[in-house]
Amino acid sequence: MNPESKEVLHRFLRNRLACMGVILMIVLAGFSLLAPVATPYTYDEPDPLLGIGATPPSARHWFGTDVLGRDLFTRVLYGGRTSLMVGICATAVSLVIGVTYGSVSGYCGARTDTIMMRIVDILYALPFTIFVIILTVVFGRNIFLLFAVIGAVEWLTMARIIRGQVLAIRQQEFVQAAVVLGYSKARIIFRHILPNALGPIIVYTTLTIPQVILLESFISFLGLGVQLPQSSWGLLIKTGAESMESYPWLLIYPGAVLSLALFALNFVGDGLRDALDPRHTRRA
Amino acid sequence: MSNAVATSPALLKITDLKTWFPIRRGVFSRTVAHVRAVDGVSLEIREGETLGLVGESGCGKTTLARSILGLDPIQSGSIAFEGQALHTMRSEDLRRMRRDLQVIFQDPFSSLNPRMTVIDIITEALIVHGLIGNADRETAAIELLNDVGLGHDSLHRYPHEFSGGQRQRIGVARAIALKPKLILCDEAVSALDVSVQAQVVNLLMDLREKYNLAYLFISHDLSVVRHVCDRIAVMYLGELVEIGPAEAIISAPRHPYTRALVSAIPQVGVEGKGRIVLTGDVPSPASPPPGCRFHTRCAHALDACRQSEQALKDVARAHQVACMRVDEL
Repeated sequence: MNPESKEVLHRFLRNRLACMGVILMIVLAGFSLLAPVATPYTYDEPDPLLGIGATPPSARHWFGTDVLGRDLFTRVLYGGRTSLMVGICATAVSLVIGVTYGSVSGYCGARTDTIMMRIVDILYALPFTIFVIILTVVFGRNIFLLFAVIGAVEWLTMARIIRGQVLAIRQQEFVQAAVVLGYSKARIIFRHILPNALGPIIVYTTLTIPQVILLESFISFLGLGVQLPQSSWGLLIKTGAESMESYPWLLIYPGAVLSLALFALNFVGDGLRDALDPRHTRRA
Repeated sequence: MSNAVATSPALLKITDLKTWFPIRRGVFSRTVAHVRAVDGVSLEIREGETLGLVGESGCGKTTLARSILGLDPIQSGSIAFEGQALHTMRSEDLRRMRRDLQVIFQDPFSSLNPRMTVIDIITEALIVHGLIGNADRETAAIELLNDVGLGHDSLHRYPHEFSGGQRQRIGVARAIALKPKLILCDEAVSALDVSVQAQVVNLLMDLREKYNLAYLFISHDLSVVRHVCDRIAVMYLGELVEIGPAEAIISAPRHPYTRALVSAIPQVGVEGKGRIVLTGDVPSPASPPPGCRFHTRCAHALDACRQSEQALKDVARAHQVACMRVDEL
C-alpha cells in the first residue's frame, strides 16, 4: 500500500460518523445476504402458529407480522437484498455512463458538447413511465433489466453535473499544463480532471442511491419490477403506508431501516469525499 | 552571451501570426466579428536566447503564448519550431515536439494539480513519454527538485502544503523535466512577492545556463524583463510595435508607446519626473482603430497616422520599430 492510500485510509478512519456508516452498511448488507439463515421464517409463508392476520411486534416477531401473517423482519431482510442490489447496481450503471458521457462532453466542448447535451435534453423529455413500460414489454421482466432501466434514466443528471465540473476544471492551468506536456485526452480526463471533481461526484452518488431505491418501488408498483410475494424496502413501505392507521408497524419498521441505510450511505459518502481530498490533512 | 546568441539558428519562428476569436450571436451562432487578440505578429527566438514580451493587460501576450503552445487555434500565419510548422503537424508528432516546448504559468495555485503529490506532478511526463521507468521515478524526481532548489522531503507532499514561491519552483521542475529547448514563461513571477520573484528569476537564469534553455519571458513588468532578457518585444493591441536588444529598448526606446512604458519603470530617487502618462483606454481588439493602432493615445499622432498601417522597420541592427515618425521623434 503506497503512502498516499494509507493517508486516505487514515483520514477516513478518523471520521467517526463515516466509520459508523460503514459498519451499519456492513451489518445491513450482511443480514440481508444471510437472510435465509438469519431468521427461522420464510418471506412468503405465514407463521403457522399464528396464522393469517397482522400481529404487533413481539419477542417472537421482532417487527410484527403483516396482514398475511408473514414475519416482517424476514421480509425486511429479503427486501434489503433487492433494494441494496438495485441501489448499488443501478447507481453504478448511472455513474459509469454519466461520468464518461459528461466528461467527454465537457472536455471536448464546442460542437461535440452542444450535440451531446441536446441528446441529454431529449432523453430528459421522454416520459419515464412510458420508457420503463416499453423496455419491460420489449425485454420481458427481470431484475437486471431493472438496473439498466433505472441506470439509464439516472445517468442524465449525473452527466450534466460532471459536464459542468469538467468545464470549470479544464480551464485551470494544471490542465493546460497537462496538454502542453503531451498527455493523452483519456489521461487528462481521468487523472487530472475527474479526481478534482470527486467531491460533487460522491455527493451526488450518495443522493442517487436513495432515489434509485424509491424508484424501484414505483416501478414495482406499476407491476414491472419486483413482484409479491417477493419484497423490497420500497414495496414494503408502500404496502405499509396503505394500512398505517390500523397497523403502523408495517410502515415504521421498513421506513426506519431504509432511513438508517440512507443515513449510513450519506455519512460514508461525506467521509469518502473528505478522505480523498488531500487538502483535508492536518499535519501535526 | 549576446554574440553567441545572435549567430545561433532560429528555434522558434513565428510568421504573421493571427489568432482571432469569433464573436457569435443569435440562434445559429453566426460569427458577427472577431476579437483580434494577436493580429499579425512575426518574431524569432534563437537557441539559448531570452526574449522578453511586454505590453499592458489585454494586448495579446498570453494569447500569443497559448497559440504557440497550441492551446488556442490560430487564424492564419505560421509557427515553426526548429523549422517544422506546429499547427499542421500530426498529433503524434506534435506530442513528441511538445517535449521541447514547455510552459510555466502565472498562478502557482491553479497550475499544479491539487490531487497529485509532487513526485507524480514532476515525473508523470517522463513516464508518459517513456523516458524513465517506474523504478527510476524517485531518482529523477530528486534530481529535478535539486535543480529547482527544493529538498527531497517534498516528494510525497501535496501542492497545498507549499508556499507560492515553492509551488512555482515545482512548476519549473515540471517544465524542465522533459529537458525542453524553449520555455514560455507566462507572467511566471508576477504573482509572487518581490523577494521571491528575484529568487525565481535567478533560478530561471541558472537553469538557462545549465540546460542552454531559451525563454519567451512574458511580463508587464519591464523592470524584471530588463534584467533577464537578451531582447525585448513590445506588444500593443495584438501587434508588435518595437523589438530590439534589451539595452536599446530600455535606454533608448524609439516607439512612443515603448517610451511611455519605459518611463513608468519606478526608479529610486526619481519622483515621477518625466513620466509619460498615457490617456484613454486601450481600444477594443474587436474593432481596432484604422492606421497605426496606437494613434488614439499617441501624443505625436498626425493625420497620416490614422490612415496608414505601420509595419516594423529597421532603425538599427536587430532593432525594429513600427512608427512612421520614428526618425523625427
